[in-house]
Amino acid sequence: MGDLERSLTASFMMAWADTFIFVSQVLMRQRFRTVVLWVAIAIGVIAVNLLTALGEGAKSYVLSEFNVLGRHTLITLPGKKETRGGMPPITGESPRALTLKDAQAVSRLSGVKTVAPLVLGNIEVSYAGKIRESLVMGSSRSFFALRHLVLARGQLLPERGRFKGEAVAVIGSRLRDELFAGKPALGEWLRLGDSRFRVIGVLKTSGTRFGFDMDEVVIIPVVSAQSLFNVDGLFRLFAEVRHFSQLDTVKQQMVELLKQRHEGEEDVTVISQDAMLSSLQKILDTLTYAVSGIAAVSMLVAGILIMNMMIITVSQRRKEIGLLKALGASSALVRRLFLAEAGLIAALAALSGWMLSHLVLLLANNYFSDIQFHSPWWAQAASIALALGLSLLFAWLPAQRASSLAPVQALQGKTAQAQR
Amino acid sequence: MIELRGLQKGFQVGEQVVQALDEVSLTISAGEYLAIMGPSGSGKSTLMNILGLLDQASAGEYLLDGVNVNQLNEAKRSQLRSEKIGFVFQSYHLVPRLTARENIELPMVLAGVPPRLRQQKLDELLEKLNLSERAQHRPSQLSGGQRQRVAIGRAIVMRPRMLLADEPTGNLDSTSGAAVTDLLESLNADGITLVLVTHDQALGARARRQINMFDGRLRAEPNG
Repeated sequence: MGDLERSLTASFMMAWADTFIFVSQVLMRQRFRTVVLWVAIAIGVIAVNLLTALGEGAKSYVLSEFNVLGRHTLITLPGKKETRGGMPPITGESPRALTLKDAQAVSRLSGVKTVAPLVLGNIEVSYAGKIRESLVMGSSRSFFALRHLVLARGQLLPERGRFKGEAVAVIGSRLRDELFAGKPALGEWLRLGDSRFRVIGVLKTSGTRFGFDMDEVVIIPVVSAQSLFNVDGLFRLFAEVRHFSQLDTVKQQMVELLKQRHEGEEDVTVISQDAMLSSLQKILDTLTYAVSGIAAVSMLVAGILIMNMMIITVSQRRKEIGLLKALGASSALVRRLFLAEAGLIAALAALSGWMLSHLVLLLANNYFSDIQFHSPWWAQAASIALALGLSLLFAWLPAQRASSLAPVQALQGKTAQAQR
Repeated sequence: MIELRGLQKGFQVGEQVVQALDEVSLTISAGEYLAIMGPSGSGKSTLMNILGLLDQASAGEYLLDGVNVNQLNEAKRSQLRSEKIGFVFQSYHLVPRLTARENIELPMVLAGVPPRLRQQKLDELLEKLNLSERAQHRPSQLSGGQRQRVAIGRAIVMRPRMLLADEPTGNLDSTSGAAVTDLLESLNADGITLVLVTHDQALGARARRQINMFDGRLRAEPNG
């Protein structure tokens, strides 16, 4: 063996490139173990991301339902909200109705940019023998901007004669499909009860807004609606202020103005979206706690899963740890090998879990248009940090223990080690 | 090369302390061929672990090439082990996922030997061990004799001064056992210190010097 006597250049510190190769060999050649560990870590990350996205989606859905009006909008309801009462009567049957004249007066206030009255009713809508019971909204042109309603084709209610009755209608997209079945609807005459209305516009599909299915409504000028349903009072009066800072001032002015117009009796309720939202604050807070709770529980479960898998897989290799030490590896090097291994698989698995959860959310968001699922950034960051941190910690603990105890025991050699 | 002075090693078993090594003193010179013999439980494996720096004595001195190893930290002892000591085990202890070549390469990888040097060294060694054709096989595809040759290759690849062999032929049939013994003895002939731990009288008798252990003590050194 004379040739072997040539001395070797050794640094007595394993090169990082060799560490990477060594660790990759462990992961590539013990595939079953790698796959199991990979799945455990990825599931942990996916669970956290999906569950928090679910909670966050529910929360933002509730918020968006009440966000439709915008912060610049004041809503006037007929009737005074009592201190201990619930909501004011929604029928508009208060002693003194909120009238179109009130609306005109409000629109003249300096801080008010625009107003939109609303009269509601259900009526039979028919065209060429097809009949449907439908929700009719009587309002004005400004109503569309206030409620973020967009036309698919045709035009809005006429601007001229804002408070005059004209026999024109804008209809929802599904109503159009059902009554006209693909034929052009614009210019056709619809029958609402006993009156005839010409279709001048079709809305874009927008789904349910604030409790109303806007795809099935008929929107007509407010005066036409008043005569159609034979009512004087308005169901609601929407007013948009010029500047958000004036909201409270304008609100006071409106209450004063209407009080004056109603013979000194304060018989209307004016609310802003912020006021509505603040009454919802408790619900939103609860939802926030729920999301955090969901995140915490899913992280706990994921963490325990990762912890167990790591402890088991590293503990199974106590003999290898003993052997590496017998071959000249220091405890520090053994720890480095196991940490590198755990870090590599945890990083790959966490990354793939993260990407997979985004894919699932993308598909879910395509499928459900009403509700959007987004995992909050802190949950995403926490899920990845948790996967990495726990993997490293629970690889380090057993590796540490094994590297300080194992060599002697593992290498007693009395129990024949199976070589597979 | 090695000097042991009054080594003590106790293990806590339940409430009792079992004295695995009791006042062991021993000198091993460079190039020696030594057999440590005795029944199981006599302390010979403990002695081997201490000689191989895998375990530390509770008391006494261990001088390796004049260095008192008890005073070294763990990293230094690992480095000494890497440089000076090779292990051969009864059940081979090869890494199952690595090929024969990679198993032999492992000590060099751990010690940070540059890749080019490693490949050169491996080619020579596989040739010498007659394993060139089996180099890409995993341990599970090798016979017992081949596995032990791989393990010996791994033990000597760092050119250690001393080879510690614990029942190296214990799992082998007589033919491959004899081949392995021949290989170890030829390495000894080339200058390596060979310490054989065995309870096989026939194998032990081949060594130039025998030490018998019983109850943690060295009993007799007939050729000493």
